[in-house]
Amino acid sequence: MSLLITGAKLADGTSTDLYVTDSGVLGDPSDAPGAAQRIDAAGLLALPGLVDMHTHLRQPGREDAETVDTGTAAAARGGFTCVHAMANLTPVTDTAEAAEYVQSLGERDGHCQVRVVGAVTKGLGGKDLAELGRMASSAANVRVFSDDGKCVDDSLVMRRALTYVKSFNGVVAQHSQDPRLAGPGACCHESEWSGRLGLPGWPSQAESVIVARDVQLAELTDSRIHVCHVSTAESVEVIRWAKKRGIKVTAEVTPHHLLLDTPLVAGYDTTFKVNPPLRTSEHLEAVREALADGTIDMIGTDHAPHARQDKDHPFDVALPGMLGLEQALAVVLEVMVNTGRLDWPTVAERMSYAPARLGQVGEQGRELVVGEPANLVLVDPSARATVDANQSRSRSRNNPYHGRELPDPVVTTIWRGKVTYQR
Amino acid sequence: MADSATNTPTSQVSRVVADDSEVARVLTRMAHQILEANHGAENLVLLGIPTRGVQLAKRLAALIESIEQHPVRQGELDITMYRDDLRANPTRNPARTSIPGSIDNSTVVLVDDVLFSARTIGAAFDALRDLGRPKAVRLAVLVDRGHHELPVAADHVGRTIHTAADERVAVLVTELDGRDAITITRTAQLGGQA
Amino acid sequence: MRHLLSCADLDLATATAILDLAEEMQQVQSRPVKKLPALRGRTIVNIFFEDSTRTRTSFEIAGKWLSADTINVSAKGSSVSKGESLRDTMLTLDAMGVDAFVIRHGSSGAAAQVASWVKAQVVNAGDGQHEHPTQALLDAYTMRQHFRLMGNDGFAGKKIAIVGDLLHSRVVRSNVLLQQVLGGEVVLVAPPTLVPTGVETWGCEVTGDLDSVIEEADIVMMLRVQRERMAGGFFPTEREYTESFGLTPERLAKLKNSAGICHPGPMNRGVEISSAAADAANSLVLDQVAAGVAIRMSVLYHLLGSNEGAAK
Repeated sequence: MSLLITGAKLADGTSTDLYVTDSGVLGDPSDAPGAAQRIDAAGLLALPGLVDMHTHLRQPGREDAETVDTGTAAAARGGFTCVHAMANLTPVTDTAEAAEYVQSLGERDGHCQVRVVGAVTKGLGGKDLAELGRMASSAANVRVFSDDGKCVDDSLVMRRALTYVKSFNGVVAQHSQDPRLAGPGACCHESEWSGRLGLPGWPSQAESVIVARDVQLAELTDSRIHVCHVSTAESVEVIRWAKKRGIKVTAEVTPHHLLLDTPLVAGYDTTFKVNPPLRTSEHLEAVREALADGTIDMIGTDHAPHARQDKDHPFDVALPGMLGLEQALAVVLEVMVNTGRLDWPTVAERMSYAPARLGQVGEQGRELVVGEPANLVLVDPSARATVDANQSRSRSRNNPYHGRELPDPVVTTIWRGKVTYQR
Repeated sequence: MADSATNTPTSQVSRVVADDSEVARVLTRMAHQILEANHGAENLVLLGIPTRGVQLAKRLAALIESIEQHPVRQGELDITMYRDDLRANPTRNPARTSIPGSIDNSTVVLVDDVLFSARTIGAAFDALRDLGRPKAVRLAVLVDRGHHELPVAADHVGRTIHTAADERVAVLVTELDGRDAITITRTAQLGGQA
Repeated sequence: MRHLLSCADLDLATATAILDLAEEMQQVQSRPVKKLPALRGRTIVNIFFEDSTRTRTSFEIAGKWLSADTINVSAKGSSVSKGESLRDTMLTLDAMGVDAFVIRHGSSGAAAQVASWVKAQVVNAGDGQHEHPTQALLDAYTMRQHFRLMGNDGFAGKKIAIVGDLLHSRVVRSNVLLQQVLGGEVVLVAPPTLVPTGVETWGCEVTGDLDSVIEEADIVMMLRVQRERMAGGFFPTEREYTESFGLTPERLAKLKNSAGICHPGPMNRGVEISSAAADAANSLVLDQVAAGVAIRMSVLYHLLGSNEGAAK
């Protein structure tokens, strides 16, 4: 079924019609058959389909929390046409077979493209390298490797991984957390709040010391490092320094670290428990600024669904993580666009082009011009709504924006020429 | 507790049924009656029920002492935790309970300002039971206004006043209210009182 | 009052009412019948996810002396290991028609979480490193009695030095919050590694020099030092700790005559407190224990004495 989208505005402000052909690419609108389904997009913005660098789909292993079906449905609801499925599954994605299995689930059930992230070390153990090369040469064509959830804290292991992935142009995406400065119990940004609430502190420097080490190891190995979920002003400074120096580093920030701050944990609501923790306003300000000036290259949602029974524990015991896919663009709109800090072409860069380049996803992050794959999202920048966790397409309900009034920009998502979400 | 002056709505018109000199005469008579019934001040313990019963017990004790030239034991018995309507009301801060020595084998005279539903006195009996075993328990009230809901009769009554249920009888004492008096306030709004 | 989760929940009127009633309740302990009928027909479940014979027993006695039915549930090591969530554990008990939970848990915030889930009223009997409000109340009660005995009523202008592991202590947080209401001046004394982040916002003086405050303190409260803290590298040796932060016989001699010594227990004699100090005439340690039941009776009465705190 072909589609003719009329009157949409591109990120650069020009108006255009978009013709989505049966074969899932963009064609010349003047070739659109009269029978094509028409979408009136007057007043809407057409952006390239969003790409998430950092998604937890939970399948295989915790299908009660999320599946590829439900997770990618949530992604489509959020305007994404591609997600990167993190490796901390059961079994861990640390072999070519595991990677191909996740890839096949994506092909079978996905409402968007699923790119597989491989583990850096076997079983996320931080000691022995996973089958990096076999994953890279597998059908899953893995290029991003991460032990996310755990930090590759051994400097020598990290050095070896960086050196090794360079040979097939891979990248290590690091969860930066010094396990001694911020141990397993650490669950609250170390601050006045951790002190008052009696929660074990997670100092911002536990992140930045690892970032500082990693960018230097990237320099040493002349390899590429990607910093997951940057949450602190200190990390931003280090990355700024490293970029100036020419080190091949990229960084992502989550929607929640842009909007939500430490005081939200004062009620011990475990929905707000996330790792790294919600930071205080000065850190929020620093990551916003870094996202605006390009020190932080992209948004990574760190969409982390959890079943209720894993959240209904004491704060220090409950699993960390929160949903992010469905409200990612809404948060960026609220915090960055409506405040004049980011224009639409840069939103497209941060949420589509940059992550597609990093993940080496050829068909994503493309200009919306004739001949390109029809991966796009139609956006209404002025729509607003109150978030209702129970309306989520995710299987989980740990939505930190529940009850909050936010922009509700995503109107239509189209992936490979098919409508995957329509409001 | 019975009606208390502090609860009297200021918009209502109060009628004074006994002024300070009348209250003094009534208390003196009651002191004599208590002595007569007890055949003297020996073994007598006066326990006032907060709030105004405590002041009245002190007055009676002083009067008895001046009549008999014999010290009288006197204390305070708070019955808050024994009330049968405790839960139905907002949290009440209990007042002091202070018992002058053992009450075993004494004659305890409970002193309260107004006898109305008599539930306060019922609670006071329960409270006394937890404190010891007196030889006898008697009840002295400044005003008995009727409408008792328990089979309780006072042994010593200062004034019997026939009232309607929607009237409020208040005893004022100088120590707390600046003057001694018994007043009646009529109000249609006030329903049954404790 | 619906719950008692934090001393921040208490205003001056309520805190004073609790202390005042506790004095009455302490008298009940000398009566022939140590029982008041105020909570007849109420059911209180003491659920302790962490052992504490002292606190659990005093809550149990307090409930019984107020005629409530008290049930002890030792939940140590349960829930998580059995795969049951804290919420399910508590909702199960709540469904049995419990009026109040007295909860002790090793995790900060557990009492507040439980309060948000259950219909019953909740008393926090210690949550992780967060708060222990009834301990602070019994500390205040003990101090108030002591000040009165010394002929110098009231908390205003009184210097209360709290010494030791501030970082991991729920007692200190509750005491600081309660004294903000009552008017005492708290001075916190600790090695730099055991000072909580953001303590400068707590509105009290903080120092690492015990000797600079010992002579002017009206109360010195010594906190227990747990030996595992030494393994955690918070300080080098017990000897070094004692030398700088212990209430040694030398420091005991420097205390004002009117000063009182408190310790929430259990004591490490010879570490944070010398035997000379623990057994000194001005040691209030046993008074603190004695106040425990009376304070808890008062708290339970203020929560359950009226239906107004019950779930609507």
